[in-house]
Amino acid sequence: MTATSLSSRSESPPSPGFFSRLGNNQAVLGILFILPSLIGFILFFGVPAIRSVFISFQDWNLLTDAEYVGLANYQNILELSFNPLASAEQNSNDVLPDDFDELLRVQIGDGGFVIGARDPRFYRALGTTVSYVLLNIPLQTLLALGIAILMEKAANSPLLRGVMILPWLMPNVIVAMLFIWLLDPTLGVINIFLQQIGIGQQGFFGSPDQALASIAGVNIWRHMGYTAILIFAGLKTIPKSLYEASRVDGANGLVQFLRITLPLLRPVLVFVFVTSIIGSFQIFDTVAVATEGGPAGSTRTIIYYIYEQVFERRINMGVATAASVVLFLILVTVTLIQIRTFQGNQSDLAEYS
Amino acid sequence: MKRRSLLVVLVVALLLIVTSVSAQEAVTIRYQLWDSNQLPAYQQCADVFMAANPGITVTVEQLGWDDYWTGITTGFISGEAPDVFTNHLAKYPEFVALEQLVDIQPLVERDGVATDIYYPGLADLWTREGARYGLPKDWDTIAVIYNVALFEAAGIDPAVMDEWTWNLEDGGTFQQVMAQLTIDTNGNNGLSPDFDPTSIAQYGFVPDGMGGAYGQTQWSALTASLGWTFNEGPWATSYNYDDPRFIQTVQWWADLNLVHGFAPSFEEVSSLGASTLFQAGNVAMTMNGSWMIGTFLGSEFDVGFGRLPSGPEGRFSMFNGLADSIWVGTQHLEESWSWVKFLASLECQSIVGASGVVFPAIPEAAAMSQQMRADAGVDVSAFVEQANQEGGTFLFPIADYAGEISTIMTEAMDAIALGTARAEDVIPDAAAEINDLF
Repeated sequence: MTATSLSSRSESPPSPGFFSRLGNNQAVLGILFILPSLIGFILFFGVPAIRSVFISFQDWNLLTDAEYVGLANYQNILELSFNPLASAEQNSNDVLPDDFDELLRVQIGDGGFVIGARDPRFYRALGTTVSYVLLNIPLQTLLALGIAILMEKAANSPLLRGVMILPWLMPNVIVAMLFIWLLDPTLGVINIFLQQIGIGQQGFFGSPDQALASIAGVNIWRHMGYTAILIFAGLKTIPKSLYEASRVDGANGLVQFLRITLPLLRPVLVFVFVTSIIGSFQIFDTVAVATEGGPAGSTRTIIYYIYEQVFERRINMGVATAASVVLFLILVTVTLIQIRTFQGNQSDLAEYS
Repeated sequence: MKRRSLLVVLVVALLLIVTSVSAQEAVTIRYQLWDSNQLPAYQQCADVFMAANPGITVTVEQLGWDDYWTGITTGFISGEAPDVFTNHLAKYPEFVALEQLVDIQPLVERDGVATDIYYPGLADLWTREGARYGLPKDWDTIAVIYNVALFEAAGIDPAVMDEWTWNLEDGGTFQQVMAQLTIDTNGNNGLSPDFDPTSIAQYGFVPDGMGGAYGQTQWSALTASLGWTFNEGPWATSYNYDDPRFIQTVQWWADLNLVHGFAPSFEEVSSLGASTLFQAGNVAMTMNGSWMIGTFLGSEFDVGFGRLPSGPEGRFSMFNGLADSIWVGTQHLEESWSWVKFLASLECQSIVGASGVVFPAIPEAAAMSQQMRADAGVDVSAFVEQANQEGGTFLFPIADYAGEISTIMTEAMDAIALGTARAEDVIPDAAAEINDLF
């Protein structure tokens, strides 16, 4: 094998132009450039991802023999059962089939219905995750946009940009530890301050109503500077001449923002939305450190649910991977919708230039 | 030709490396534990062991509780778990189910190792159907930890703890003392008719959380004093969580905050923990395990250790014992076994006992631990007397699906503690879900 390829190469004419031909071939060059990251992607993302799809059809704890169970893992997390109620007083457990627990009970007059799930925790975790994304993303992006515009208009200094990005440079676990102390109901400085200005003690991570919002708050603080820098870079690409021309046409600041800044920022905003929404759906570290999914399961997000299946339970790899596949499909759908809706692959600046 | 000769050279070199490695006698055993307070004592054990066994090197590794178990689990899978590790009763049934622990019973029989030198019952906790998965290293009981100055300020003699009582109806003298030590912002204590439970300056008691499925440092002493048991003994396949005695005790525990205001809220306790709140200095009492003695002695004020309250059926503490287990993936079973034998011997346990950090499984070594504290002027007899009292302890419940049980119960217990659900509404459902696991 080696001998043949050697001889065949020696037969071919001396090729001083080999590399230059290679350099001229755009497709080959492109592949060469992405090759290092492609190898990493296939090895550390592609292979495990495909493997977990296979595992999701098995009952396996990684240590003893795996057993093929078909769709049972998906059934366990996804299957719902709809049960009408005969009367308002009827106990939910009387109408639910075996193996099903109450997910939602709706009472309409004298009747109503109960929706049961095999593992209501999965759907609750999905709901918790969506609530988290809604608490996290809009505020974070708005604040980042505001900061970016301020930086561009008023205070553009490298030092300020450095400070903005500082929270993002801190490891998540340390940020969470820091806020456990800051937000502690009795010993935390924030609560002492709140009590002094007359707002009274707040539970934050310890209260089921505030824990999720507290985690969102921590991550907004952590990510808004970084997001602001991204948007700031986008602002820099908008030609100043457009603003000058519009001013001549009589446009005020608000009109300029709505008609020039926002449309031309669209590709950057789409990138920011896509990456931050995916990241937000995958919230885990702050939860794991600050609340461990509690209190009373109020911060059990989808990734924490997956983690629990493996590390808190009997290494349920099948259920964990099935849940991961479901999350993957949700993220793909959400991302495609975003890109389609906001046409993130086109830039209005292309037409301008 | 050139390439082939290079290959030969490479293979020869590789063989030389392999043979030289296997020719070396030294075997390294990795040993893991989670308690940093115990690290020095076990390092000392390892030094003594290595001096006696020149062919074996023992490396002692310590990780915090959460990382420890995550690391053990991932280690099983990646093949990087330690040869020998400190095991917990709440965890080891899962490891048995996953076939990750060496059954050491044949080795115990072969070497004639005595398993009756420990506190009664400790060695048996680690057996199932004739197999044995660890040798006992230490035990722990629960007691009341109190702030000496706050008792003095309230004019209460800590000797009250020697005969205080608890019951479901009015909480007994335990609750009375708690009330007397709770002071609102107007200076009234919990016994006064003017007491305002919504505005507290000093709490009488801080519970160590809600206790999840086991309530080891929380309600388990109280439920036991009513005659309630978790299950019908080790490896049972059903739990008695739906018993009214259990349900009412759990509600009483939550009501200490929700109704009476004698204890800080669950929100306040959950993030930094009861021991941090206690050490902040404005809480009179808490309940915790003997492994925390050193931590509490590190407070900036004087602390004392008092007996648990005695209930209708008597005074009981949960009795938990740790053991050292060998991982099935070890490459050095004989050396690991020698190390485990040494850890379980009077020689090593005396070293641990002399450190005073925990109570070793062998009574003589445990007495050394108590003596060491006594020499330093600290009375830890509340823990030891409970262990020595005839029938004064009950064992940590051992059963399959501990992780599942914990997840289910913790969620229900959190809701009760927060006041969003009543025990009688959520516990029966949780109990049914748990009994469906088996």
